[in-house]
Amino acid sequence: MRDVAVIGVGMTSFGELWRTPLRSLWAEAAIAALGDAGVDRVDLVTIGCMSSGLFTGQEHLASLLADELGMAGVPAARVESACASGGLAVRAGFAEIAAGLAEVVLVTGVEKMTDVDGADATYALGTAADAEWEGFHGVTFPGLYAMLARVHMQRFGTTREQLARVAVKNHANGLLNRHAQYHLKVSVADVLESTLVADPLRLLDCSPVTDGAAALVLTTVERARELAAGKPVVRITGSGLATDTVSLANRGDLAELGAVRLAGERAYAMAGRTPDDIHLAEVHDCFTIAEIMATEALGFFAAGDGGPAVEKGLTDLGGRIPVNTSGGLKSKGHPVGATGVAQVIEIVSQLRGDAGQRQVEGARVGMAQNMGGSGGSSVVHILEVV
Amino acid sequence: MFSPARAWREFPQRYRLEAARCTECGKVLYPPRLICPECGGRDFATEVLPRDGTVVTYTVIRVPPAGFTEQTPLPIALVELVNGVRLMVQIADVADPESLEIGMPVRLEFRRVSWDGEAGVIFYGHKAVRATG
Repeated sequence: MRDVAVIGVGMTSFGELWRTPLRSLWAEAAIAALGDAGVDRVDLVTIGCMSSGLFTGQEHLASLLADELGMAGVPAARVESACASGGLAVRAGFAEIAAGLAEVVLVTGVEKMTDVDGADATYALGTAADAEWEGFHGVTFPGLYAMLARVHMQRFGTTREQLARVAVKNHANGLLNRHAQYHLKVSVADVLESTLVADPLRLLDCSPVTDGAAALVLTTVERARELAAGKPVVRITGSGLATDTVSLANRGDLAELGAVRLAGERAYAMAGRTPDDIHLAEVHDCFTIAEIMATEALGFFAAGDGGPAVEKGLTDLGGRIPVNTSGGLKSKGHPVGATGVAQVIEIVSQLRGDAGQRQVEGARVGMAQNMGGSGGSSVVHILEVV
Repeated sequence: MFSPARAWREFPQRYRLEAARCTECGKVLYPPRLICPECGGRDFATEVLPRDGTVVTYTVIRVPPAGFTEQTPLPIALVELVNGVRLMVQIADVADPESLEIGMPVRLEFRRVSWDGEAGVIFYGHKAVRATG
């Protein structure tokens, strides 16, 4: 396997971008990443997108978007794993370079979610659950995570306030990220007084509906060194992908995210790293409970210790392991197909020392964890300065 | 999508709670599959699910998806039946959502599930109600 590096990053601001169609969002991120990398030709384009069909009425994105850059003819492929589609696009690009099938890959993720109303967006996101045996009964994504939260709270004594602390932390981090959807300081009381969405989860426990796109340029470490021009070279040292049952009815232990644990173990094994080696992580906080459960599944904290950890500030900027320095899905926004790519961008920015006010000092090893549905899939990448 | 064809083909499970018992290992699958996830068995006998169970976990949906906007607040639970099979169902006849709890005994009843979707079909299935006595 060849060593793979990230040589370019680019993203749109995340938000309710009424003026901008999907193709322009995507092109803006792609052009920025190609410019950052200093390349104008790629061997492959990968696109992570969950549901452009339901959100915008457009499929066949790979060809449509390659053409949008004037690249018709280039190999292009869209991949889908619900909200982990972006992470899967990173892995698809990584695999092609590692295998020697491509030298330079443009990895992208995009979602345009605000062309439909709230009920239709909720329905579209709900298709990442088991449509026939869960969705039929009217359950929503907040509803599924609410069910997981209730089990976690009963099993480990995780508190409502600990869930709220995830939102408080991530909104504080988002204040420092110019690309974030919300620049909004929230308090524990704000979260606890916000509207109930699915008991016990409230509005400020939930990531928002967002438009946005993100892109990376990947190549070999060898080529990256030639193009680096003094910039740190960031290598993808570990990539892990795993599935779990989509339906919660078939899930073994509802207090654990099994796909996250497996994807993490695979990424750690490939990178030759352990949880103690990770300096910072972007994890998939689609709901506050998801961040707590992900930090346990990735081994940063023992099962049941994720809630107390966020309460003690261990995952704050400046804490033992800063989590979601970008603001996370909660504050930065969650254009589902773009999220997994944007997570990697945050880690690359941190490892390059480009993260400004939210810079984690001395960061040399970072992790990005992306998740689909209610934990039915997960993709984990470990990145390191070489 | 909630199509008439889908409603029709799901009648055995929605209306009659038909599951498949693996003749190799005895695992009961709901909905039925072609291969047993426990033992790889390919041979099944149709078996009707028991109706009694308990709530494993639950929520109350306050922001519903399209098709359920008339039904909020909508209590939904993951129920484990007495034979160990788990299924997602609505909880019906809940006067006070605060009264719901993990471990609550429930019984499945045949009810109307949704009716205002784009297919124009009235969907029936089973919901859980609190078991008394």
